[in-house]
Amino acid sequence: MITGQFDYHRPATVAEAVKLLASLGEDANLLAGGHSLIPMMKLRLAAPEHLVDLHGIAALKGIGREGDTVVIGAMTTQHELLADDTIAASLPILRETALLIADPQVRYRGTIGGNVANGDPGNDMPALMMTLGARYRIEGPSGTREVAAAEFYQGAYVTALEPGEIVTAIAIPAPADGHGYAYEKLKRKVGDYATAAAAVMLTMDGGTVASCAIGLTNLSDTPLLADEAAGIVIGTNLDDATLKKAAAAAEAIMSPAADTRGPVEYRKHVGGIMVARALTRAAGRAGAAG
Amino acid sequence: MAKTHITMTVNGEAVEGLVESRTLLVHFIRENLQLTGTHIGCETTHCGACTIDIDGMSVKSCTMFAVQAEGAAITTIEGVANADGTLSALQEGFRQMHGLQCGFCTPGMILRAQRLLQENPTPSEEEIRFGIAGNLCRCTGYQNIVKAIQYAAAKINGTEFQEAAQ
Repeated sequence: MITGQFDYHRPATVAEAVKLLASLGEDANLLAGGHSLIPMMKLRLAAPEHLVDLHGIAALKGIGREGDTVVIGAMTTQHELLADDTIAASLPILRETALLIADPQVRYRGTIGGNVANGDPGNDMPALMMTLGARYRIEGPSGTREVAAAEFYQGAYVTALEPGEIVTAIAIPAPADGHGYAYEKLKRKVGDYATAAAAVMLTMDGGTVASCAIGLTNLSDTPLLADEAAGIVIGTNLDDATLKKAAAAAEAIMSPAADTRGPVEYRKHVGGIMVARALTRAAGRAGAAG
Repeated sequence: MAKTHITMTVNGEAVEGLVESRTLLVHFIRENLQLTGTHIGCETTHCGACTIDIDGMSVKSCTMFAVQAEGAAITTIEGVANADGTLSALQEGFRQMHGLQCGFCTPGMILRAQRLLQENPTPSEEEIRFGIAGNLCRCTGYQNIVKAIQYAAAKINGTEFQEAAQ
């Protein structure tokens, strides 16, 4: 299988990439890890005339801290996230999620920026970024701006990204010490997208939930925040009745497609189970309030 | 369409070629370099038969363009044997443990396992299975592939290889 023809560009700076996108117009596509785009190009579902490869831009790589914020360059690979001490210490849920993405080879190439910016509802990082309150740093022809992950996703493959813009980094507020976390993903096999998945971040205080955020993957055209379900568990000790109520509240906002992963009712049902399991596991990991 | 001149190091040797932008790296390796040990299984990023080592990463070479490998250091199955021509520990493991049946997935399995053992010289069985999750064996001979990798790990570490009780 071979893709359509295209011209290959490899800018060395973000400014150069932005300039290229402006001059090449809508026939140009950004190339990050390529593990979504290149298969689409082989199927001719994507046929860009120009590819702007971001691998030559050193400034898009790396993980660092700015005060209480963890900043991850968009071209940082899933493999690099897994190997990083800052991530392991401050954002263990990111590690847990990255381990469930695709397979080792794909994780060496796949980037966090590509994962969040592509707008594929099957990708795992978008719902997690919403759960974490992350913000995307964007550079384009009219300068730089930030968009909250929660405001980024508008539909399947439709995002707040304007033509000519590039997601350059992801800024994540470091979670409180002692927080509990879990990413529960049901999938048919290694490498598959989620049949249903849920991200949970919470803090506990004296045996009850003090704060909670819940994100849902592949259960709608966009990643979702299950705010009502999160509200239900706050102040409780996550007894069975509460877990059931929270799962039901989360199921109420799910609108998955019926596909080879199952019919709508099944996917919503297991979506609720993912929420309950993630809540339970996150609470088990939470220490004393930080 | 204009072609691009590319250079890279493959199995320690400097190589070059003229390629279209859309030439997949695996096609460049097999057709331009005539190194046909790297196999094309699915060509859709699923099977891992085309796995090679690029700058310390295991990569499915059907999902990367040859132009992207400019300046890279690549190892393919042809570069895996010891310098004196004897089998590497992994190759020997696959031979001793019957780690291949039809052999089609073997080059990708060996390249992936080699990187895995460099990152984790003493993997558990579970870590091996997780580490080769991107490589499919259609003969479903995973049991012996895992044993082959365990054999190689033991040989590299100078420890005794013991088959787990069945």
